[in-house]
Amino acid sequence: MGRYLLRRLASYLVLVAVAASLTYFLAGLSLNPRARFEGRNPPLPEAAVTRTLDDYNLNPDTPVVIRFARWAADVAHGDLGRTVDGDSVNDDFGRRVGVSARLLLLATLVGSALGVAVGAYGAIRQYRLFDRFSTLASFFVLAMPVFVIGVALKIGATALNDGTQTIKVLGEYDAQYAGRWDPAALLNRAQHMLLPALTLIIVQVALYSRYQRSTMLDVLGADFLRTARAKGLRRRTALVRHGLRTAVLPVVPLLVYNIVLLFAGATFVEKTFGWHGMGELLVDSVTGQDVNSVAAVGLFTAALVVVAGLLADLLYAALDPRVRVR
Amino acid sequence: MTARARTSPVSQRSPARTSPLRRTSRPRLTARRFARNRPALLGLALLVLLFLAAYAGPLLTRWDHRTHDFLNLLSGPSAEHWFGTTQSGLDLYALTLRGLQKSLVIGLLVGVISTFLSAVVGAFAGYFGGWTDRVLMGAVDLLLVMPAFLFVAVLSPLVRGAGWPVFVVLLAAFSWMITGRVVRSVTLTLKEREYVKAAKYLGVPAPVIVFRHILPHMASLLIIEAVIQAGAAVIGESGLSYFGFGVQPPDVSLGTVIADNTNMAASYPWLFFFPAGCLVLIGVSLALVGDGLRDALDPDAAGAQARVKRRGKRGYGAVAEGRRR
Repeated sequence: MGRYLLRRLASYLVLVAVAASLTYFLAGLSLNPRARFEGRNPPLPEAAVTRTLDDYNLNPDTPVVIRFARWAADVAHGDLGRTVDGDSVNDDFGRRVGVSARLLLLATLVGSALGVAVGAYGAIRQYRLFDRFSTLASFFVLAMPVFVIGVALKIGATALNDGTQTIKVLGEYDAQYAGRWDPAALLNRAQHMLLPALTLIIVQVALYSRYQRSTMLDVLGADFLRTARAKGLRRRTALVRHGLRTAVLPVVPLLVYNIVLLFAGATFVEKTFGWHGMGELLVDSVTGQDVNSVAAVGLFTAALVVVAGLLADLLYAALDPRVRVR
Repeated sequence: MTARARTSPVSQRSPARTSPLRRTSRPRLTARRFARNRPALLGLALLVLLFLAAYAGPLLTRWDHRTHDFLNLLSGPSAEHWFGTTQSGLDLYALTLRGLQKSLVIGLLVGVISTFLSAVVGAFAGYFGGWTDRVLMGAVDLLLVMPAFLFVAVLSPLVRGAGWPVFVVLLAAFSWMITGRVVRSVTLTLKEREYVKAAKYLGVPAPVIVFRHILPHMASLLIIEAVIQAGAAVIGESGLSYFGFGVQPPDVSLGTVIADNTNMAASYPWLFFFPAGCLVLIGVSLALVGDGLRDALDPDAAGAQARVKRRGKRGYGAVAEGRRR
């Protein structure tokens, strides 16, 4: 197992390197950082712009291969380069990962737990009212783009607010609470978090409940459940302790996979609700002609896919005794 | 998928045994099964209605999706403007239907193209094996690791002038990989079949075997996959267009219509609900049709579950054995 994982890790590292290099080349060829400095008032002298771009290794006139070589050498030392505005991409990344993590942690915890519960309960009461309703609801949610859910919630919240500002629809906190963590600031943050978290939770509940329902249905007729009942366990205990535990197994790796990938996939939620996280960077780096940031996002997401895959494998091995036996 | 594969020789054999009973052709049988499925029929009807609305609907109004009515800026739905108008006085009804056309066409095209791609790549990788397999599956791995969203976004300025067909190609290029893997694994089992071996020994060229003997045997899988991919493409397209990376003005898609109006959506909700409603309807109808097709084309859909159960039991036995050891 260990050797197999190591070999996979090695081939994955190559994949990540190739994917990140491709992203850099593509961004370097297609984006034009110079455009960011044009149209400034007062206009900047051409030579100054060129010097600034050279400083940040962003000058489109430098052959892309040379820019790439410099960038790759820096990345090898753990430096992701400069943004168009001259900030360190590393610092920007650190800040944004924090923002995304604060949003995603809560939302995924609630979303996955609820999703598993809804799916399992639906399976136990198959074709009853709850099952039909939850199936239908998740069907609709999954057929909807995430931004549609987000904007719909925003509209609903504005109507609920009715002139007050109880539910906040933009940003992570109000300006006067910046850097504060007292109760008032926490309340303010909670007001801000409600809608984006709810959007993420709705989507995740819909997704995970589908998986959980089908694995639970597979388990329900199994002999070991009958055995559990036969040895005298109550239906409820047997279902939860033997049924749910077995049925959750195949869903867990998937959960891990999705949670890790959410870091890059929360783009719509972050853009719709104005959170300055990783997902937002994914879009803003492209619109901002920010080559180094785009390359960093590419590197980050590719690495996430690999980490998610390996984690899912490991977790599956840790959880499922059948894999361990082999 | 393997379920379909495993049953196909049986259905080939059965006509000889039960020929008087088996007059119904397979497509007709599928259609009958599909027609029994109420939600699937509903989805199909919805889809037909959407197409009708998209192409016949614009004839019902005198407004074009490009003409501004400067006397009606941001006015609500009325007899004059059925869905209301936007900030710049564009008729939202005309705009939405135009977007609906684009979204439907893009979805269907991407569904067909990406499924075709995955069928070809997967079948060739599985059939030839060896280096072909390694190279093609390496490409699949690479494309899966690459952030597709970022890639299409970065490429969008390059193809800005080329219009929506290029966008279709881009979307399709990044959405075939997982199906490709599935096709490959089905091919691996089909390849061992007698009729494939017979064709091989008769000297039929490999590409012909792939297209005539292997791919038709997973037609049901491919059809279902195309429908699912179409749904995913509609959602993907709208998402990219929402950020301005997809369909470019003067063309519109449902995604751009929604994006252009989101900032006003809270105060003027019709700007959001009509285009978003259409988008959701496409998604739901495609999902319903896909689900119905799966049930109709794959008679083992229920049986597949039973098989999983059996496997589970065997797994449990293996655990018990492991403990005994």
